[in-house]
Amino acid sequence: MAGTFKFELVTPERMVLSQDASQVVVPGIEGELTALPGHAPVISALRPGVVAATLGDARTIRVFVKGGFAEIDADRVTVLAERALNVEDMDAATISRELQAAEADLAAATGDAAKLAAAAAVAQLRTLQR
Amino acid sequence: MASLKDMRNRIASVKATRKITKAMQMVAAAKLRRAQEAATAARPYAQRMAEVMASINATMAGKTGASPLLVGTGNDLVHLLLVMTAERGLCGGFNTNIARLARQDAARLVREGKTVKILCVGRKGADALRRDWSRQIIDRVDLKAVKQVGFTNAEAIAGKILARFEAGEFDVCTLYYSEFKSVIAQKPTALQLIPARAGDAAPAQAKPQASHEFEPSEEEILAPLIARNIATQVFRGLLENAASEQGARMSAMDSATRNAGDMINKLTIKYNRQRQANITKELIEIISGAEAL
Repeated sequence: MAGTFKFELVTPERMVLSQDASQVVVPGIEGELTALPGHAPVISALRPGVVAATLGDARTIRVFVKGGFAEIDADRVTVLAERALNVEDMDAATISRELQAAEADLAAATGDAAKLAAAAAVAQLRTLQR
Repeated sequence: MASLKDMRNRIASVKATRKITKAMQMVAAAKLRRAQEAATAARPYAQRMAEVMASINATMAGKTGASPLLVGTGNDLVHLLLVMTAERGLCGGFNTNIARLARQDAARLVREGKTVKILCVGRKGADALRRDWSRQIIDRVDLKAVKQVGFTNAEAIAGKILARFEAGEFDVCTLYYSEFKSVIAQKPTALQLIPARAGDAAPAQAKPQASHEFEPSEEEILAPLIARNIATQVFRGLLENAASEQGARMSAMDSATRNAGDMINKLTIKYNRQRQANITKELIEIISGAEAL
């Protein structure tokens, strides 16, 4: 736990989070990435999932994100998400609404990549629902 | 000469007009604040997006096989003009200015022997361009039902553009919108979307940084990223437009209210003068009548 880095989570509509964090777990498309200070620079596509950030004061914030990218630098992590919902703020109704949307996406998805992403979203939301 | 009753009616009607323009001005002011907030909130995303694009560009520089969305198709024969205007009028020169800029550019491109296609977002622009360019308008996007533009609207528009680009319908795409400088100043602007201008993506962001690793591969990341970037730019245009529209409407309604006030003053003075003239005339008639006896 050597120090902190700048963590930003932005959606097209607004800046969701901009804080110092000591550790961020990002749901990369090829598996979860844990970013600590001094991480090698990576740009990764995201699959739908939960970003978990341990902030400077040891609080953990979990945010559900859908679609987007993460740019990881030695002293900075930027997540560009299409949608972001704070997990604490999500109640059963919100989740089931999102789940419905995700299932509709899955039904409409054409092509393997799109299907895979939609299926991941559905699976992730089912886990949260429990 | 209008009768006194006519003048009273006239004053009453101008007063009613002033009430309406005053109300519209206040509504526009409230909406403007919201639109400005939305535009400010969206800025970080566009900024970060430009940074990520810049670092990818730095990595991709000198490599072949870059996406045609970035480097172009090699031709510039067919131009698509994406003209974004408001759904409503009564906002000063806002719609006219955007339409005029688009019309000038379209005329210039046609003179240069290029083919022009137009995609209209918003009813007013389509109405203004229909007269001269009705055959060139290939599609229209209606945002009348949308209260607050969201990213999904921008994505839908970007999706339309990309589908047409992939079908080879055009080579260059330019976005026309109104940049929000301040409440009283809106500048109609043309922004080239496709191919992306190399200089536009965060100029001189040349951090001598270790190049990024990509997960999955650069190509796989780049394709959706460019598409997202176009949607972001369209979104920015929509938000700037929304703020500009309300700003333009606010100042237009402000001057309309002031004009109505001036007019009421003038009419009232005229009315009082005439009323006094009538009284004087009647008095003279009575007095001269009495003297004649």
